Amino acid sequence: MSVALDQAPRRARLALRLGVFPAMVACLVLAMLYSISAGRFEVPWTRVVEILWARVWDLSGSADTMDERIVELVRLPRVLLAALSGAALAVGGAALQGVFRNPLVSPQVLGISQGGAFGGALAILLGFHGVVLLGMSFVFGLVALVLVGLLAHINGRTEVLTVILAGMIVGAFFAALVSVLQFLADPNSSLPAIVYWLMGSFSTATWARLGLAVPGMALGLALVWSLRYRLNLLALEEAEARSLGVNPDRERWFIFIAATMMTGTSVAVAGVIGWIGLVVPHAARLIVGEDHRRLIPASALLGAAYLVLIDTLARTLTAAEIPLGVLTALIGAPVFAVLLRQHFKRAWHA
Amino acid sequence: MIGVSQASLRFGALRVFAGLSIDVPLGRTTAILGPNGRGKTTLLRSILGFQPLDQGRRHAPAIVGYVPQHGASQAKLSGLDVVTMGRAARLGLFGQPGPDDTKAAHAALVQVGACSLSDLRYDRMSGGQRQMILIARALATGSDALVLDEPTSALDLGNQARTLALISTLNRARDRAIVFTTHDPNHALAVADDVVLMMPGGGVVQGPVAQMITPDLMAELYGVPMHWVRPDGPQGRIAMLPEFTGKDALCA
Repeated sequence: MSVALDQAPRRARLALRLGVFPAMVACLVLAMLYSISAGRFEVPWTRVVEILWARVWDLSGSADTMDERIVELVRLPRVLLAALSGAALAVGGAALQGVFRNPLVSPQVLGISQGGAFGGALAILLGFHGVVLLGMSFVFGLVALVLVGLLAHINGRTEVLTVILAGMIVGAFFAALVSVLQFLADPNSSLPAIVYWLMGSFSTATWARLGLAVPGMALGLALVWSLRYRLNLLALEEAEARSLGVNPDRERWFIFIAATMMTGTSVAVAGVIGWIGLVVPHAARLIVGEDHRRLIPASALLGAAYLVLIDTLARTLTAAEIPLGVLTALIGAPVFAVLLRQHFKRAWHA
Repeated sequence: MIGVSQASLRFGALRVFAGLSIDVPLGRTTAILGPNGRGKTTLLRSILGFQPLDQGRRHAPAIVGYVPQHGASQAKLSGLDVVTMGRAARLGLFGQPGPDDTKAAHAALVQVGACSLSDLRYDRMSGGQRQMILIARALATGSDALVLDEPTSALDLGNQARTLALISTLNRARDRAIVFTTHDPNHALAVADDVVLMMPGGGVVQGPVAQMITPDLMAELYGVPMHWVRPDGPQGRIAMLPEFTGKDALCA
């Protein structure tokens, strides 16, 4: 093959690779700026930039005016929390899909979300919030994961199919337990709190809550990011992966634990937000392909921008806040249907 | 170099092998022959360490170049990306392949003569092209032991010839230990030094290719009469033909 022929597609791919990620970062920044400026009290985006710029140079100053306080104390932590949660949920979904070699897998499938939901609902029923709620939803997400692991560990081996089946069983069990808690809850106080929390919202976001969410999510994101090449290998046949020095059983658990940290934390701070982990990795895969070295960062950026926009819609569409879970499903389901059709059409022609 | 010693394995009442010792030293190529379902792949998996043995032990280097029968069929990655995966065993848990690994992968592609496949997507390749990529990936591991599971069974005759020529080229310098499974005695004749026959009753016989690939043993192995043919005249190359009865069987 001549040099010119050999170089042309490579150069085109390089341009694509260099161009796509700055575009995604730009989308995320624009989404965040728009989200901070939009709302009942509108702050022009030039003013948003001005306030944030001043804050960068003077970290110790206090927020005095109305718009400064709205930007710095209300909307900025909320937007950051939404972006971080979106990135964590999307990356968790992308990583699990890679491990299971199945594009229909998400944290819900492993029962992690339902376990976390039970832990959080139990905390609310017992009157706890904050760190305890976060701790309980993480712990019960982990309990669900360990139960799945024990159920799926048969004859010294853990097969992918049995993990998915065990995840469905454990998820259904914890979903039933959540119903029991709702049945037991006081219809005047804790029941509405549990129901509203389960539907998902960032309306209670503060800097303190963001601080609670950062460790779990950052750790989970960092773990998946450092295992991004391993994910390519885990997508191979079991024997093939083993021959390339991969220990699939062990390395799968690293991914599971990272996904649990991210999902458990996001459930604790914002309730159960479905569909992100399913829809966003698909969209990312259409743009950057299946190599996890590109898929993981693309999922993180797209997931962050997507959830920031969803959250903006949730609080600006109507006078009252629409629960996030409702919006992500209303938008996610049709988008997913279109993506799925496109995916199979492409696969057909490939 | 690579093999098993005093190895036994059964699946329920079925004995796959008992007290079997195989050793493939550097510089030799060994073919494993046997009928379908006899356990050729199981024996390979035992040598690779994926199949626990009932008794006995395996010996093999830490990294073995393995060419699966059907590999990575869903990977929407370029040929070069798939070959680069061969470097993974040297990378460690959090490692990423760097320029050196890409260089090694490229060298492996050159070695199998498949440079033109570097940018082609693996899932769009033909069976023959995939075979070349998987062999290149096994070479990219840098291991001097190479294990191939039915490398020719899914290929047309032209690609079978190319794959056999490649296997024979790879061991021309006599610095590799190569094991492969096949059911065609002519493939063993073409490239193997030693042959392991997994006989229908549970026995295993082995020896140099000239003593193992004989009409009598092959007829016993497959239950079909076998004959030598000399396509180039009495002094030329030799090949083995099965006596397929085909249509005549109905009249008999």
